[in-house]
Amino acid sequence: MMKKLNILLLLLLFSGTLLAQESVFNYKKLPSVKLKTVKGLPFTSDSIVNNGKPVIISFWATWCKPCVRELTTIADVYDDWVKETGVKLYAISVDDSRSMTLVAPMVNGKGWDYTVLLDPNSDFKRAMNVGPIPHTFLLNSKGQVVFQHTSFAEGDELNLIEMVRKLNRGEEIK
Amino acid sequence: MNRRFCCFLGTISLLFLVPVMVKSQDVLKGSEVHGSMQADASYYLTDPKTGITDSTLAGKLIRMNAFTEVNYTLGNFTAGMRFEAYLPPQMGYDAEYNGVGVPYWYVNYKNDYIDVTAGNFYEQFGYGMILRTYQEWTLGYDNSLRGLRVKVMPAKGITFKGVYGVQRYYWDPYKDYNRGIVKGFDADFYLNDIFSSLNDAKVKLTLGGSFVSDYQQGTTKEIASGGKLLALTLPENVSNYGGRFNLNIGDFNWFTEYAHKINDPNESNKYIYKNGDGLFTNLSFSKPGLGISLMSKWIDNMSFKSDRSLTNNMLNINYLSAITKEHSYALASMYPYSTQPNGEVGLSGTVTLHFPKNSALGGKTGLSIAGNFSQVNGLKKTQVNDTTLIGQTGTLGYKSSFYGAGDEVYYQDANIEVTKKFGKKWKGIFTYLYQTYNKEIVEGHGSEDFGTIYSQIGIADVAWNITKKHTLRGEVQGLFTKQDNGNWVAGLIELTISPAWFVSVVDQYNYGNDIVSQRLNYYTVSAGYTNHTTRISFSYGRQREGIICVGGVCRNVPATTGLTLTVTSSF
Repeated sequence: MMKKLNILLLLLLFSGTLLAQESVFNYKKLPSVKLKTVKGLPFTSDSIVNNGKPVIISFWATWCKPCVRELTTIADVYDDWVKETGVKLYAISVDDSRSMTLVAPMVNGKGWDYTVLLDPNSDFKRAMNVGPIPHTFLLNSKGQVVFQHTSFAEGDELNLIEMVRKLNRGEEIK
Repeated sequence: MNRRFCCFLGTISLLFLVPVMVKSQDVLKGSEVHGSMQADASYYLTDPKTGITDSTLAGKLIRMNAFTEVNYTLGNFTAGMRFEAYLPPQMGYDAEYNGVGVPYWYVNYKNDYIDVTAGNFYEQFGYGMILRTYQEWTLGYDNSLRGLRVKVMPAKGITFKGVYGVQRYYWDPYKDYNRGIVKGFDADFYLNDIFSSLNDAKVKLTLGGSFVSDYQQGTTKEIASGGKLLALTLPENVSNYGGRFNLNIGDFNWFTEYAHKINDPNESNKYIYKNGDGLFTNLSFSKPGLGISLMSKWIDNMSFKSDRSLTNNMLNINYLSAITKEHSYALASMYPYSTQPNGEVGLSGTVTLHFPKNSALGGKTGLSIAGNFSQVNGLKKTQVNDTTLIGQTGTLGYKSSFYGAGDEVYYQDANIEVTKKFGKKWKGIFTYLYQTYNKEIVEGHGSEDFGTIYSQIGIADVAWNITKKHTLRGEVQGLFTKQDNGNWVAGLIELTISPAWFVSVVDQYNYGNDIVSQRLNYYTVSAGYTNHTTRISFSYGRQREGIICVGGVCRNVPATTGLTLTVTSSF
């Protein structure tokens, strides 16, 4: 009985996954989760907005090398991105108690100009169904997720800014 | 599985099925279905050089860990579940995981004032020294609570949380008090939001407090100690409580949490009746270009589990994080530290500097430097009285003072990392570390042979952007020590092609091993493909025995040789 039920359940979940592909990446609204700013002050994920301009959300951690590589690469061109497109990057650190207090010194120490938020028990990460990091989301002017990508390779940032430009021109992201 | 649970599963399944079938987006406005999955499957081979024989593998050549999680939201309601399968669990994961099932499911309702979860949940009070439940898939760690959680936000800046439940222990269902019932309460006040006069004050203050109680049935236990059979009277209710504050003034931030646990004789502390204490404090200063963090921690008899007879790292109610830096390079993480819950005193300092482009030290491309030092010692313990040995079972154990550090060094790490760009196409990260690792204490073998390992580690990590989409990265690492397995060198070459492909070759060579037949190469060839959120990767090779740490928890992994396929996806 239990085995049968489990197999049925597995099939159901996988079929759900496949059928739901049609609405892939399509978070119509971000889940509302409590985060903290690097100064330890409360912040709710609803407040991830950018005055009608696109938003990039990047999940990272201080101990994750590809994450740091991604944010370092973007940091080099971030000023230009903001001037050109008005995009805003929110870097969500999933560092837990062990390294949470190192986030602000690292962000400042590296001279990153992002809005950095802390998610020490991965509540927002879970709500966004993020597995391995780095994981990047792109939101359109209405706050809907139009693109997601996991992992980072140098050059991915060019793809990302190209999509931001498309959004600004009112084009669809496929 | 009882009837009620089947009913619940049925309901949940229906919840998922309905929206999928009717393409909910149009019919049920505001509903969303999202989820994630991962499968790690391995084909293991025998390898006489690392001692893996047919009998080690016991015929179980193919092993897989996998999960699928789905979350469904409709307005203020969310329901979700995770299906897990370990058929059988991969090498290095506890055999208790062997099986399939749904260890995680929940229903949640939330609005601006209240947030109620029935089922499984992950929760953290403050810094976590009093309560933290969480999951780390790669470590096979999950101590979620199953029961009820209520959060109340009566006014801006005020949050109350209450939790009541039992923790997950592999597939073992809770029944007849086979583990403790955990109850907890937490209050958090952000004063600048509560008092309108403070809204714009430069000084920002948050205060919090927690109380957790664990009920375990059984008031007596017979235990053999020093050749005698002792009949111990155990406390059925053990409480752990404390307070915290976060003070922020401009670029300065000061966070502190203190926890006190009442007497909790358990397997980890060898059944002593001493109270437990824990204190963590962090002071940081940061402004663009400069970050400084100083932290310190004191842990005295703080192991807190919902089954006092366990010594493995399951069923932890609290979370005692290490304050030493977590390294990700292979050789830098060969000797990782993990907190000793029975007692330690540690400090850690980190300085990060950034010299921007076109400055004197930054040159044309900028320069980043990060330095870190940490040291952890044991406690200074004295006898309770002349006739009682330190740590003697059935007694108060020992006396210790506030922040009283002993002479024995458990771990020390001094490291510096320099990140520099060379022109537009080259980037390098150079790291030097000096580590002292008390293997006897950390790995708990209690054998005199292990002693303390002193190692020097050097790492060069250089990336070359061949084109805008093609990057070649190489690592050269060396670990030099006279103890343990002696010297190692390691190399890596990795090619990434944005946005989809990567190929890498890694080798770790233990050329300095005293035993000539153990001077082995641990090589791995990997390749992977990423499309949006789906990632498929293969790796083939030999993995060394070691300790993998994620967040604060570590796990021993045995040496293995074989082929591994990993698929991850989310939607």
